[in-house]
Amino acid sequence: MDIIAQLFAGLSLGSVLLLAALGLSLTFGQMGVINMAHGEFMMAGAYTAFVVQGVVGDAGVSLLLALPLGFVVGGLLGLLLEATLIHRMYRRPLDTLLVTWGVALVLQQVARDVFGAPNVDVRAPAWLSGAVEIGGLALPRTRLFILALAAVCVVALALALRATPLGRRIRAVVQNRDLAEASGISSRATDRVTFFIGSGLAGIAGVALTLLGSIGPTLGTNYIVDAFLVVVAGGIGQIKGTVIAATALGLMQAFLEYSTTASVAKVLVFVAIVAFLQLRPQGLVSVRTRSLA
Amino acid sequence: MSETTTTAAAGTASGLPADKELLLKADNLEAGYVPGVNILDGCSIEVGKGELVGIIGPNGAGKSTLLKALFGLVNITSGTVTLDGQDITGMKANSLVARGVGFVPQTNNVFPSLTVEENMRMGVYLRPRTFDQRFEFIVDLFPTLGERRSQRAGAMSGGERQMVAMARALMMNPSVLLLDEPSAGLSPVRQDEAFLRTRMINKAGVSVIMVEQNARRCLQICDRGYVLDQGKDAYTGTGQELQSDPKVISLYLGTLAEDVEKEN
Ligand SMILES: Nc1ncnc2c1ncn2[C@@H]1O[C@H](COP(=O)(O)OP(=O)(O)OP(=O)(O)O)[C@@H](O)[C@H]1O
Ligand SMILES: [Mg+2]
Repeated sequence: MDIIAQLFAGLSLGSVLLLAALGLSLTFGQMGVINMAHGEFMMAGAYTAFVVQGVVGDAGVSLLLALPLGFVVGGLLGLLLEATLIHRMYRRPLDTLLVTWGVALVLQQVARDVFGAPNVDVRAPAWLSGAVEIGGLALPRTRLFILALAAVCVVALALALRATPLGRRIRAVVQNRDLAEASGISSRATDRVTFFIGSGLAGIAGVALTLLGSIGPTLGTNYIVDAFLVVVAGGIGQIKGTVIAATALGLMQAFLEYSTTASVAKVLVFVAIVAFLQLRPQGLVSVRTRSLA
Repeated sequence: MSETTTTAAAGTASGLPADKELLLKADNLEAGYVPGVNILDGCSIEVGKGELVGIIGPNGAGKSTLLKALFGLVNITSGTVTLDGQDITGMKANSLVARGVGFVPQTNNVFPSLTVEENMRMGVYLRPRTFDQRFEFIVDLFPTLGERRSQRAGAMSGGERQMVAMARALMMNPSVLLLDEPSAGLSPVRQDEAFLRTRMINKAGVSVIMVEQNARRCLQICDRGYVLDQGKDAYTGTGQELQSDPKVISLYLGTLAEDVEKEN
């Protein structure tokens, strides 16, 4: 039974990682923008849930409202950042990294000023309290909800990219900007929409995190490095790779944590990723395109 | 060689023949990729309705940059571009597409993961309803593309991909087509096909600006040509005039045999 318990813990952790990394797989993986404020967009999503609950009261209704609202809040912050700063630095990754890191610190301070430095709690709805018993194993309902939420987000994103006109636009611009322009697609407008969606997914992740514990201004910093690692290990520009990498890292962390300690497990996972990237710098899944001479 | 009579009659060494109506004009363009470095340095060209204009010049002369500047993909710092009398300087590429400008880049000019048909659908992204009618036109012009409709563009040969690229740009029924080196990377036979195809497109009523490495062949099929050197239009004239101009020959058309002879 222990193995099953670890398996669930790993999948659960993986789903949290996946939610944190999914938006990055668009903004970093597809667009190549190193946005260090992605974690703070998660934090903004979490505080959105906090505020909504303050207004609405009922924990169930507020959670269901906070998910789309968190998406919009994260998305708008991303849009603002893209339109004011990031678009000026599309070919300068180091500048982008430094500037967005600065923005991350500013956002943390803003959260401190508005909500106070101490952590705050968001109540989980009654229908997510307790656990589901399966064969003597207690699976917390909040964890199951996050697993399902991650799955829904992945499927929705994959479908949106594959089967909608907007998705075709995004893929065209990512693959070949000039050719997309030559087909009549505005690459600037598409960049903005893509960044909105990627940042919005961070907002959703933040709302989900309120189910796992109290939240504070530095919530995002706990996840940003892991999220980047997941995207890099999964292979830039591939949602499939991001899903596999998040699951694998979650499982690895859970099993190592079981046999060692949390921090040792973290170090081991990190070492494993570095070693893996030495062997396969392009990540798990890589796009193979025939070059055009 | 029926058109030689008309162009020869117009015979002016610079710019548009008197009997042609102006379609696209670049006046004293300065443009570049980084601030302070002009790749185009006072370049002017004119293209008349229905004309096939060739642009030749050494590597790095700025030929591709000229096309990209006309098409709004490169920042223009000085000078103007007009299309049908309207100022289009600095307009974004995607809005020029709607105004009837088609562009085929020198490299990476198809979506390799998409099929032929999907590439054509990207071509009419702005007017999806016209797909059937335009695709029919394309298949008339290039029957191969009808047969290969569901083949992935990335799995096609260089020549076929070049055909897909041209067809994609033609889907919007442009009034002028900007072609960057349609013969690049092709075997001599395929190169001939690419030139014939370009001519066919032109005969179908589309004005064409064609950049080419293969200067001789380019000048053979085009109505007029420009020789670009260091970001400026150095010479211009009919294809015939340029081919026989001693300066152009010595600078850009000198064959290997002649060079070797000179050295001996
Ligand atoms: N994206 C870019 N960024 C910076 N400089 C560029 C870029 N593209 C081209 N250049 C520079 O601009 C100059 C002109 O390049 P361009 O591609 O226009 O030449 P070309 O005449 O098309 O040459 P070729 O025959 O090799 O295609 C070159 O010096 C090149 O290095
Ligand atoms: Mg070129």
